[in-house]
Amino acid sequence: MEPNTTLTIFWAAVIGFAIIMYVVLDGFDLGVGILFTVVHEDEHRGVMMNSVAPVWDGNETWLVMGGGGLLATFPLAYSVLFPAIYAPLIAMLLGLAFRGVSFEYRWRATKGRFIWNAGFAGGSLLAAFCQGLALGTVLQGVEIANREYAGGWWDWLTPFSILTGLSVVSGYILLGSTWLILKTEGALQERAFGIAKVAGVVTLGFIVAVSIWTPFLGDTYFARWYSWPNILYVSPVPILVVIVAALFWRALLARQERAPFLLALVLFVITYAGLAVSMYPYIAPPTLTIFDAAAPSSSQIFLLYGAPVLLVILLCYTGYSYWVFRGKVTAKSGYH
Amino acid sequence: MFESADAVLLARFQFAFTVAFHIIFPSFSIGLASFLAVLEGLWLITKRDVYLRLFKYWVRIFAVAFGMGVVSGVVMAYQIGTNWGVFADRAGPIIGPLMGYEVLSAFFLEAGFLGVMLFGLNRVGKGLHFFSTLMVAIGTLGSAFWILSVNSWMQTPAGYEMNEVGQFVAADWAAVIFNPSFPYRLVHMVLAAYITTALVVGAVGAWHLLRGNREEPIRIMFSMAMWMLTIVVPMQLYAGDAHGRNTLEYQPAKIAAIEGHYESYPDGHAPLILLGWPSNEAGETLYSIEVPLLGSLILTHDLTSPLQGLDAFPREDWPPTTIVFFTFRAMVGLGVLMLGLGLFSLYKRIRHKLYDSTWLHRYAVIMGPAGFAAVLCGWVTTEVGRQPFTVYNLLRTADSASPLDAPAVGASLLAFIIVYFFIFGAGTLYILRLMRGTPASSEEAPISEGPTRTAGFTQIQAPEHSRRPEAGD
Repeated sequence: MEPNTTLTIFWAAVIGFAIIMYVVLDGFDLGVGILFTVVHEDEHRGVMMNSVAPVWDGNETWLVMGGGGLLATFPLAYSVLFPAIYAPLIAMLLGLAFRGVSFEYRWRATKGRFIWNAGFAGGSLLAAFCQGLALGTVLQGVEIANREYAGGWWDWLTPFSILTGLSVVSGYILLGSTWLILKTEGALQERAFGIAKVAGVVTLGFIVAVSIWTPFLGDTYFARWYSWPNILYVSPVPILVVIVAALFWRALLARQERAPFLLALVLFVITYAGLAVSMYPYIAPPTLTIFDAAAPSSSQIFLLYGAPVLLVILLCYTGYSYWVFRGKVTAKSGYH
Repeated sequence: MFESADAVLLARFQFAFTVAFHIIFPSFSIGLASFLAVLEGLWLITKRDVYLRLFKYWVRIFAVAFGMGVVSGVVMAYQIGTNWGVFADRAGPIIGPLMGYEVLSAFFLEAGFLGVMLFGLNRVGKGLHFFSTLMVAIGTLGSAFWILSVNSWMQTPAGYEMNEVGQFVAADWAAVIFNPSFPYRLVHMVLAAYITTALVVGAVGAWHLLRGNREEPIRIMFSMAMWMLTIVVPMQLYAGDAHGRNTLEYQPAKIAAIEGHYESYPDGHAPLILLGWPSNEAGETLYSIEVPLLGSLILTHDLTSPLQGLDAFPREDWPPTTIVFFTFRAMVGLGVLMLGLGLFSLYKRIRHKLYDSTWLHRYAVIMGPAGFAAVLCGWVTTEVGRQPFTVYNLLRTADSASPLDAPAVGASLLAFIIVYFFIFGAGTLYILRLMRGTPASSEEAPISEGPTRTAGFTQIQAPEHSRRPEAGD
């Protein structure tokens, strides 16, 4: 019944995959929501919302998969991490609730439309910021004793977690604006190009800031990034970030429509890989590793029967659904 | 605020509140998804426009209800970790994989095909669109399968062993999934969802009939709903009885509490306590009105089988008897009223008065929300009846909580209450507004239209530019 080492690594990779899928997919639709704060024209807002309406629900399902999957494969991590990020987690859920119902409500409201515009923007912003807070809280370390969370209720609020919170907001704006470049045209696309430029620079600044700060949070992080010969193995991460950032800038200047979004996705994947490098094998630094937290082998094996096949199938139909709604979205004529 | 409150009690309130709000939406969307699949199937087979009109009418209501179900459901996936960390750690190896399969096989299916179902009719063609509707319907049922398996395992745990750190570990997954109460609970809940939906559809149809609208779509929706009730409510009574007998076998203390039986009846001949005030303090049901012998007949289907009362169990294992006693009676009472509606409609149908009986239509309108009330009462009965345990007889609720801080739990509970009442109140309002409209002819009711612009309900017309784009035109 002991956890199996190979399976533990496999399931950690699956959970990691679910989280990055969530981050990039819901990231762009949360980013579109946040952009309601700067785009005020009703017509544009309608287009923005419609560009994500058919897919947001699927995107958010990755969050449920992350939560449910963590419970299934690393129950101890699930049970100690969530109390550690209690307040931001609940605030995130409430933010997601507000912005989730706004998709339908905005079209149903008559006088109340402004509420759901605000709910969509505010809920998206709150959810994004809280996800960043949660990331920062986990990175800076979680106190555990006797298989329970042993830290305080305000441990999540630190300068570092605020920095990661703002980073995620900025990153999601980057994803959202490049998504709009891809899906819209005319004046709105013009706005999106402008926003993407600013968001690109700001996000890069945040990446640098978090990267410099993280190694000073704990000795393991420091050793991983700055000791010889580790520095050789991890050096591709910053180098790739620089290359992708340069390509991204060039694509924006060349007014390409697809490349900015794809490169923003790549940027997220690289920085995420950087975080994984920092954390492995810890799931709740600085004490709990994936091997400590893994579910017993009977649970790991039971999931192995169905999960990989189901994952492949669901990736296929998720891709199909994106393909059905491909192309530009406009106010008058809908999807072309 | 909340410093002096009991953190575990607040956490229980929080879970009860969020899960009670959540269960309302699946009760409706499970039934409605199947109803929509039937409507679209009928449209494809008969090629009659009226079914498409009905589909387009109900799919908009479905979209609002489904949205509320999604956002309240995401909360549940995290609530177990925030407030019930010890339970999550200990029971996670069992319930986690079941919930994992729920996400992978059901949630993604619903979410992946919902977009196509709502927005894609003109983009993918009829066949693929129908396929999408079917996938959404199957997804809702699949979700019910897994989550009820989880819940049933907590009620009647089976197929497990304990490891050295105190976790429940599966020894036999088939026994875990198909634990003793699961088949009964699954059937009972799915039928409840179908009945709940039929009551809502019937009430909407009846309301329009009362307003003098006798158009074909209105008549069809009313007739279909009444057929559903006539046939399914009797099935539900049978399923409920079987579920009760299963509970008697595996959770006798819960049945004793439901019945208000504090004394055991070793030779049977137990009375049925119709009403009274069960009091755990007094150790008896006060002011009881009893029918002799009927308790034994209902529970054991004979007069002489022994029946345990709460006195057969240690006092610290008694559930809060007063609550389950009344919620159970409310559920059964509502069930009888539903049966009455089904039979009344059958009588009127035979006499060809289905669309003319004002009393039937009034009855149907009043019964519109009855399904939700019965579902909530039923869940309160079974969940409160499981107390004081989270995993029945194995893990106490008091030992299941995270290290909680009352102010944190209290503040988040307050936030949930405010936000939920606001957003779900608004959602209910919008659904009622959609129901006030009528099924338009299909040319004027694009499937993914924004604000309703149906005949007879024109005051909420949206300006042209703000409409949701139509699929494919």
